[in-house]
Amino acid sequence: MSYTSETAEQVSSIAGDKYKYGFVTDIETEMAPKGLNEDIVRFISAKKNEPEWMLQWRLRAYERWLGMDEPVWAKVDYPEIDFQDAYYYSAPKSMEDGPQSLDEVDPELLRTYEKLGIPLHEQAMLAGVAVDAVFDSVSVATTFRKELAKAGVIFCPISEAVQEHPELVQKYMGSVVPYSDNYYATLNSAVFTDGSFVYIPKGVRCPMELSTYFRINQANTGQFERTLIIADEGSYVSYLEGCTAPQRDEHQLHAAVVELVLMDDAEIKYSTVQNWYPGDENGKGGIYNFVTKRAACRGRNSKVSWTQVETGSAVTWKYPSCILQGDNSVGEFYSVAITNNLQQADTGTKMIHIGENTSSTIIAKGISAGRSQSTYRGLVRMQPGAKGGRNYTQCDSLLIGDKCGAHTVPYIENRNRTAQIEHEATTAKISEDQLFYCRQRGLSDEEALSMIVNGFCKQVLQELPMEFAVEAQKLVGISLEGSVG
Amino acid sequence: MLEIKGLHADVDGTEILKGIDLSIGEGEVHAIMGPNGSGKSTLSYVLSGRDGYNVTAGSITYRGRDLSELNTEERAAEGIFLGFQYPVELPGVSSTTFLKTALNAVRRHRGEEELDAVQFMKRLRVHTKALNISDDMLRRGVNVGFSGGEKKRNEILQMALLEPYFAVLDETDSGLDIDALKVVAEGVNALRGPKRSMLVITHYQRLLDYIVPDYVHVLAHGRIARSGGKELALELEEKGYGEFVAGTEAA
Repeated sequence: MSYTSETAEQVSSIAGDKYKYGFVTDIETEMAPKGLNEDIVRFISAKKNEPEWMLQWRLRAYERWLGMDEPVWAKVDYPEIDFQDAYYYSAPKSMEDGPQSLDEVDPELLRTYEKLGIPLHEQAMLAGVAVDAVFDSVSVATTFRKELAKAGVIFCPISEAVQEHPELVQKYMGSVVPYSDNYYATLNSAVFTDGSFVYIPKGVRCPMELSTYFRINQANTGQFERTLIIADEGSYVSYLEGCTAPQRDEHQLHAAVVELVLMDDAEIKYSTVQNWYPGDENGKGGIYNFVTKRAACRGRNSKVSWTQVETGSAVTWKYPSCILQGDNSVGEFYSVAITNNLQQADTGTKMIHIGENTSSTIIAKGISAGRSQSTYRGLVRMQPGAKGGRNYTQCDSLLIGDKCGAHTVPYIENRNRTAQIEHEATTAKISEDQLFYCRQRGLSDEEALSMIVNGFCKQVLQELPMEFAVEAQKLVGISLEGSVG
Repeated sequence: MLEIKGLHADVDGTEILKGIDLSIGEGEVHAIMGPNGSGKSTLSYVLSGRDGYNVTAGSITYRGRDLSELNTEERAAEGIFLGFQYPVELPGVSSTTFLKTALNAVRRHRGEEELDAVQFMKRLRVHTKALNISDDMLRRGVNVGFSGGEKKRNEILQMALLEPYFAVLDETDSGLDIDALKVVAEGVNALRGPKRSMLVITHYQRLLDYIVPDYVHVLAHGRIARSGGKELALELEEKGYGEFVAGTEAA
């Protein structure tokens, strides 16, 4: 990651430079008042200078949302959210408002950065400290953009795409996750602030891994983020989202939407490391993460692969799904969900097999420690047309201590007699024998735990791009600190 | 090397060791024999500092230090090694990763530089060759799917890598056929040296044909009932433990 985040720093410093020269307008605007109503939706749209169709779409979503109820079926428990007690638009904070030096940053956070091996100047950036742009950064970011442009790849903030590529946005936004999809996705549709837009043209293999890090102007879009990735025929892209370093955010409620569209022979690899603030030991102050992620494999032989490492947030509600419409299309879901202290995660996937000979693989690893609760919830559905459809599901839970819980809730619906579905599930506990064995060889409790858990997650972690994987391994250990001994 | 004086220890409030005195000099190999339930394994856990095994009286001095000051991993790093009777499986953790992590943890404690992958593999190869350990075994999860012989060879491999001063081998012969036993014993003998002491725990005399001890002790009812030279093992083989079991009960 040091490569990616250094570049990120450079990129963000360029963003700063641009601001200085006035290329980026409306950064220093006021906050919208608290609460949610039609005016707020209009305000957000106006701030983004959106065309009428975008505003209308938002308003339809808002209208719909008013008549919806918050879902209660997930195995998560949190105090009722007062949606009128939140801010839905706030301009990115200027650097002067943040901590002025690392001395002002929570030492606990710094300790974690250190363990992850993050260099000092990156720590500052992550903690939101004003960083002096001391790099000759122009070249890197420009090279990066040039390289992508040469390949014809579009990678920009979604707000920019609304302006620059309205035909693509209008055609595909909401085509995978309709604005009426579910409570949180509908809320997102009404008030999303920004996110990424990616278009990979026909036959193009994206020359580099796209990371949210590289996105210009990315500050403070985390709350209601919206991402749309379109992979045209025969194209390939690997997209990285998130960061292993713990990120603080002033907003407690996060509701993102991610839509992936795949044409014939296209492939998208979408990797996430989610490490939002989980709250303190008593679960106070942690982030609620309600995410809707879905991929539509529309073309023949298309393939989508979701890999996620979820270690943060107080509450996680997330089911990256695949609609396998094109014949021979492939969906994969690799997940590690770690919960500690009072964290709760209800996560899994949906594999909807529509086309012939579609296949899906689900490998879900849940690790629960402390007093946390972790649930795998997954749907595998073979539609009548899914001739020769195949699914393999493996759900493994690992318990640390005796106050946590792990739950597996598989939903299997088969409407085609030629389809095959396999489901395997295991639950294990880290035994005192294992820890003692490792300690007798010189490993500390924490090293031992980290090694055992990493072994448990290996199948998933090895699906991550190399540089992400190494850090994710460290993160796995750090997330479980204090859960034994 | 090791001085045990009047050692009493309990597990869950039940006293298992009831006053053990044992002195092991540098380079010496001692064997502890005894009937089931006499406290042999408890002694090995007490020496390695396992949680739940509480010393209630007496002392253990190791290389001039009071062992009670050190926790499990510190003892390991200070050169105390326990060869397990039942080596534990660690699914998904490759043996290579495990060995490297362990060796570097110990080296760090000793103030030595950690080995990188190349240095480590070089060192590992020397030992795996001697112990006839295949690359396939190294790639698999620690002890996962290993045969009895493979598990015990893996224990000896760890001992060879970690270079302890004092090794406790708990029933190393259990679950081994005669060929596997010979390989393991050869591995152990290769590690004998003037600076390394060993405590070989066994139920049967058979192992001591291959790992010949300097001293043999009989543990019964939490005490050392008798000590002698290697010939004591032969005598036990002939007469069994009846005398000690009955003797202590009478006393």
